[in-house]
This record gives sequence, structure tokens and C-alpha cells, in this order.
Amino acid sequence: MFGITGFGVHVPRLRLDRRALLDQHGWSHPGLKALAKGQRSFADWDEDSVTMAVAAARGALNGRSVTAVTLASTSLPFADRQNAGIVAAALGLGEGVATLDATGSLRAGTSALLVALRGRTAGLVVAAESRRTKPASPQEAKYGDAAAAFTLGAGDVLAEFLGGVSLSVDFVDHYRASDAAHDYGWEDRWVRDEGWLAIVPRAARSALEEAGVAAADVAHFILPPGQPRIAATAAERLGIPPAAVRDGLDTRIGDSGAAHAPLMLAHALEQAKAGDLILAVGFGQGADALVFRATGHPWQGAGGEGGIEAALAGGRVESGYGRFAALTGSVERDEGMRAELDLQTPLTVLYRKRDMLLGLVGGRCAACGTRQFPKARVCVNPDCNAWDAQEDVRLADDPARVVTWTADHLTYCPSPPAHYGLIQFEAGGRLLAGYADVEPGDLSVGAPLRMVFRVKDHDPRRNFRRYFWKAAPVRGGGL
Amino acid sequence: MATGIRDRVAIVGMGCTRFGERWTDGAEDLMAEAYAEALADSGLETKDIQAAWLATANEDLHVGRSGIPLATTLRLPRIPVTRVENFCASGTEALRGAVYAVAAGACDVALALGVEKLKDTGYGGLPQRSRGALNALWWPSYTAPGSFAQLAEAYRARHGLSRVDLKRAMAHVSVKSHANGARNPKAHLRKPITEQAVLDAPMVADPLGLFDCCGVSDGAACAIVTTPEIARGLGKRGAVSVKALQLAVSNGEEMGFGRWDGSHVATARVAAARAYAEAGVADPRRELSLTEVHDCFSVTELVTMEDLGLSPEGGAVRDVLDGVFDADGALPCQIDGGLKCFGHPIGASGLRMVYELYLQLLGRAGPRQRADVRLGLTHNLGGAPHQNVCSVAIIGRLGE
Repeated sequence: MFGITGFGVHVPRLRLDRRALLDQHGWSHPGLKALAKGQRSFADWDEDSVTMAVAAARGALNGRSVTAVTLASTSLPFADRQNAGIVAAALGLGEGVATLDATGSLRAGTSALLVALRGRTAGLVVAAESRRTKPASPQEAKYGDAAAAFTLGAGDVLAEFLGGVSLSVDFVDHYRASDAAHDYGWEDRWVRDEGWLAIVPRAARSALEEAGVAAADVAHFILPPGQPRIAATAAERLGIPPAAVRDGLDTRIGDSGAAHAPLMLAHALEQAKAGDLILAVGFGQGADALVFRATGHPWQGAGGEGGIEAALAGGRVESGYGRFAALTGSVERDEGMRAELDLQTPLTVLYRKRDMLLGLVGGRCAACGTRQFPKARVCVNPDCNAWDAQEDVRLADDPARVVTWTADHLTYCPSPPAHYGLIQFEAGGRLLAGYADVEPGDLSVGAPLRMVFRVKDHDPRRNFRRYFWKAAPVRGGGL
Repeated sequence: MATGIRDRVAIVGMGCTRFGERWTDGAEDLMAEAYAEALADSGLETKDIQAAWLATANEDLHVGRSGIPLATTLRLPRIPVTRVENFCASGTEALRGAVYAVAAGACDVALALGVEKLKDTGYGGLPQRSRGALNALWWPSYTAPGSFAQLAEAYRARHGLSRVDLKRAMAHVSVKSHANGARNPKAHLRKPITEQAVLDAPMVADPLGLFDCCGVSDGAACAIVTTPEIARGLGKRGAVSVKALQLAVSNGEEMGFGRWDGSHVATARVAAARAYAEAGVADPRRELSLTEVHDCFSVTELVTMEDLGLSPEGGAVRDVLDGVFDADGALPCQIDGGLKCFGHPIGASGLRMVYELYLQLLGRAGPRQRADVRLGLTHNLGGAPHQNVCSVAIIGRLGE
């Protein structure tokens, strides 16, 4: 039996109440009224497809290791610097891991899953998406940011892979050129009739046939909400029971592109009973359809983030447009002269210290046991000071607590105030850290923290971004 | 066995510019102004200066690197000139160089000058300095107020204080320094303020508001030091002398080892203990006449009172609110206005502190002169509470 052995998701904490879009753009785009329902998620300034992938992957790995990582997304921060390689380094998987970026289509997530499942590759498949949208566009309302990750293998399978197909059709309903920030798309009615409703059923029928199961027996039908009520219509044409149509999560998260079918699949796995048949379809210049049967094997993973319902229970809802527009880059703000600081990254230093910077690897002194960051030639313990006695210790997965903190309104931060301070790992070691995902009142001396992988700085001059770990408050009940 | 610096070096001339937004002056003008005052005060000539130390912390904003800018500005006769930088303690570092050179017998007369021209940045507050290639890749982008704000919450947690009580004590520190600055014609900020104004000010770095932060100023200060024998030869009676000059530098323990709780400055305690030993001070709260401490932020001054052993641990809030450190209190702190109101041209600050003690010891402090000044302390702190450079100097009169 081969299939999914673990899953994890990440939904950014920030949500936009879609009424804010109507309030902002209604004077010129009254049609937005139809879309002004529910919320969409959006990445904070220090999140991108790589950091969200790391967060979801940590949930799926749940402390385990893998030898292959595929990252699927159409919004990867780097066109030439392997993004999956950053994810693997942040996860501390070592250089023996086979890494690959899968991109170029909104079905990159399902395609990556299908390739790995067909090849019986025990590894990690993670999909993440954070697309830029034009102000007042329907996409601004419809899209959302999220990530989902799966580990695949033969033992302790949560859902057995029964079969799947991939259809390649160069149906250009929308596209985004390599150097463009935004999508360009064609009329929805044509996209629905000639695209989704023509191609999805072909792929789905073929996959069900390959798996040797009947449409009427599908308990969870997964199709991203690329068109209004599209999943229900497709289910009807396929003979899938209406009750099997999964919540598209469009009113709570939005359409997270290449990550969305995987996200819905994770949601289904969170709720499936033993024996449930799952059909997951990804659409984009063709379609992928994958068929699984849930085993009922219990899943205790998902790391610090919990599943989708836990992720959705937390969050900060923005009722105004300003923060969303600023943090998603839709408006150019006056950021002040402090934002002019040159942030060139010496790549030699980044490489030399890659374990420290990407994996949060510190040192543990073999002479006295003191854990310390950074790892150093001489032990920091004043009663030890042993030379060259430190072994690597990864601190990223360890719980920590606040020693000191402040909310700084002076320093440049895309989302001020900047929160930072000294944190202490419970098992030893401390770090001067930036705090992420902070709300007023979250921080106090002794408050519990967990580490998250985030963008540290953007270097707009050179289109580079630095990643490092930050400390996020541990809140009861979700993120 | 080292015998220390006590009474081995005399200060025979000091100068200090008016601090503030010196829009019409460059760093060269400020250096010349401070030096001219010191030289006239000393009775010496430029040709008598045998070595010099220049302190700057943000030299990229004004004079650039090396000792050359001091040598060219003052046309020093091709003597050794060394530029020193040790964060906000740079001014004391320059004095240390000059004092040690004289004590070592390497030269008879040495000059220490600190200068900073900060108001050419185009914005308020201190500019962010480069912090090293690797540090920049992982340290948060912290500011001076943000790093010192960390003291407040940690201090509050350690001593079980309410935020309101701590904010009130911090406010009193600033109100006191503004009252002092108002009486000092060389001070940058000369307007008295009220406690309510401090509490109502906009937040800079929680819990530090605008009036919890010191001024960012242009200015220069300098000292000419020599041997006690030469000082006497110059006719200086009761000359001011250096009783102790100590420096303690963080070794990463606060930031990297589990012991420090963030509520005090570890180096200050070490530097103070060494300075008291060097000067032979047994009971600083009784023996010191006044102090000039590094009040970059109100909370820094408050915590420093304990680090220097002037208040019992956890007792600074009460002492501050009781007025112990006010101008008319038992042990005035920042009688010249301090960094808070005299201003903080970084490289000059350590020397500015000594300048005030020098005036007070010689009875030249005008309306703010204290009676019976015998011994004063300067405390000059650079960096952040979690990693810093701290100097403590004790200044008195020769033979006392």
C-alpha cells in the first residue's frame, strides 16, 4: 500500500474582509459587490511561497525526515535559485535530499503529487501560493494565500493512492508571463464551458476508471473554486453525490492557485473516515485527477500549526484595505529614509553560514553541554570556555520563551512596529530574535514561543530576499 | 602588579561646544571650537601636544575615517593621532588612550577629542550603522531605543512592578534632566517639561516614549591631559585628576548564555566595581558628589543607578521618585542635563560628561554649581543592553 503518510497546511494569519474591496473600489467597480463576501487570506510582508511551504512541510514531516522534496507553485520567489532547495535547507534535510521546483501551471501541486505517487517516491510534496493581484481586479477578491504539504510512503498510510491521470491541454483561460506581476484572463463563461466543464470530467472519469471505482461511491470530491459553483456542477455531470462536494474554502481563504487542490485534499484527510473514497482534481492547461481511499489511520501530526480548521480558527481580520494593499505590494508607500538602508547580502557569508541561517543550527558544547547560538569556536559558558568542542544542534523545532521584548516604531519595518527581543529555548540556548505574527498583548516576559521561518529582509535593489527564523507567540486554539 | 591610573594624570584643559542642531557648522568647526576652549584653558600651545586620540562613532556621516581629520583640522605637527570607536563609549575611549599614554610616560601632553555631526542625515533619530556581514543576516534590525526598551519590561518582570509605576519613575528621570538642561547654556534641549507630557508623548519603542529618549545632537568635547608635575608647573592648583578609568566589554554571555535576565547591564557592574577599586571608593553613594551617567534613555539611567551601586537592587524607582538624583538631591545625576538634554553627539559624550565634572570640581559650573564637589563619576555605555561596551571613570582633584 502506497499513499499519503502525513499532511500539513499553512494559512497566513492575515485575512481580508472582502467588503473592504467593495468599500475601496466600489465607486469604479460596482460589480465587486458579487464578490464582497467572506474573507481571503494574505501573506504578511515576511511570508512568501517558500516560507509558507516550510511551515506546511514542518506539519507534514512532524519531526520525520525525507530524501525528496518537490515544491509546487506559480509564485516562487526565485526564477533561478532552486526554491525547493531553500525549503529543504530550512527543514534541515541535509544535502542528500533530491529537490525540485514544479511550476508553470495552477495544477503544479496535483501534478507534483501525481508524479511522486506514480513513481512511489517516498518524499515530501509541498504546494504554496501567494499571487499578486491588481487593485480592483476580481482576482484581488478571489485569490488567497496558503500552502499544503504531504509526505508519501508505504507505511502507516493515511490515504492509499488508487490511481490518477494527467491531461495536458493548452487551454489558455489565463496566463502570466515570466516577467509579469499579474494574470491576464479571458471571459469566464467560455472558461467554464470549454475549460473546466469540458476537461475536468474527462480527467476525473479516466482516473476513476483507472482506480476501478465508481463516481457514485466518491465521498470527497475536490475541485478548486476556479469558477462559481464549479465543483457542484462538475459533480453532477460526473454522477458524484452532491454531499461529496468539498467546501472550496473560497469564503474563508480564497483560491490559493497551485496550492488549492492540495489544501482541499489536506482538509478532506482531516475529516475523512476509514474507507472514504477521495477524488482530487487540479485544473490548469489540462487537469490532473487523483483517487485515494482513506485508511482511518490516525494522524497526530501537523506540528505547531494544526490542520485547516485550527488555522482558520486563528487569524487577524482586516476590515480596511490599507494594510492589505501595502503588504501585498499593491500600492507604493512612503516608507521613509530608514528604508533606504543598503541590504546587499554577501553570498559568500550566506553560503558559509547556511546551516546557521537557513536551518537555525547552533552549537552544543560537548564539554559542558551548553547549547548556544551561533555555534562558536569558544564556548559561551563562562565556567567552561572550551575551545572547538561544539557539535551541531538544530534549534528550529524547540519551544522557547520571551526574555525581553519591545515594539519598535523607529526602525524600518514594512509592517510597523517591529517586535524583537531576546528569547530563551527551553532546552537551553538563546537568540536575539525578531517576533512574527504578534498582536498587542501577545508578548510578556516568559510567554511561550515557537520558531517560524520567514523573510528577514527584502533587498529591492537586487531583487534578493534574506530568510531567517523568527519567534511567534504560541496562542491557545489555533495560530 | 598593575597600580592603576589614580592621580597619575591631570586634566589641565577642557572644552565643549554648545550641543544641538548646529546647522551652520561641520564636524571640523565643532572640533576647532572645543579645542580652542581647551587650549586656552590649559595655558599650553598646539606644539606641546605630543599625541592625540579622536573619537567618532558615525564618522561615515562626517569626517570619514582615521586620525587624519583631527590632525588636519587642528594642524597638529605630524604627531601620532589615532581614531577610536567603541560605540557610544567612544569619547571615554579617546580619553583612555590619552591618559594611558601620559601615565605610561610615552608622552607629556596628550589630547582626547570626541566629535559627532549627526544632523546631516536628513531624518530624526540615530542612523542605523552597519553591524557586520554575518550579524546583518540574522540580527533583528534593532534601533537604540528598541534595544534599551528591552530593559524596561525585563526590569519590571524581575521586580514585580506595575507598568504605571515604572513609567512614572522613568518620567521623573526625564523631567529632572529637562530641568537641569534648562539651566545649561550649552545644552541642546532647554525647555522644562512635565511628567504628564512625558507620559502622553508618542511611543518610540514600547514602553519608551519620545521624552524617554535623549537628543540627537551635533557637538564636540575635548580634554588635554598631562603629568601631575607639568600640571603644577602650569600653575594649576587643585588640578583635576583621573582617579579611575575602566572599561568592560560584553563577551557574548548576556546574549548567548542562559543567566542574564535582561533587567540590568552586566558590564556596568563589572566596570563600576573595578573603578571603585582603582579609585579607592568604598561607599559610592556617600563618597561620590555627583554622577554623569549614560542616560541614552530614561530607563537606562534608572537601571544604571543600581548597576553602579548607588541604589539597592530594585530600589532605583523609589530613589528616583524621592528625588535623590535631582539637582538638589543627595547625589545629583546629570546636573548638566545629561545625554537627555545636553545632547548626545556620540563621540563627544564621554568627554562631555568629564567636562561637567571638571567644571564642578573647579567651581566653574555657574548657576548649577554644587557645593563641596569632591569626587564625580562618569558612566558611558555603548551598544545595547544585551551586548555593549561600558566605561566608568572617577574624577577628583590631585592629592585629595
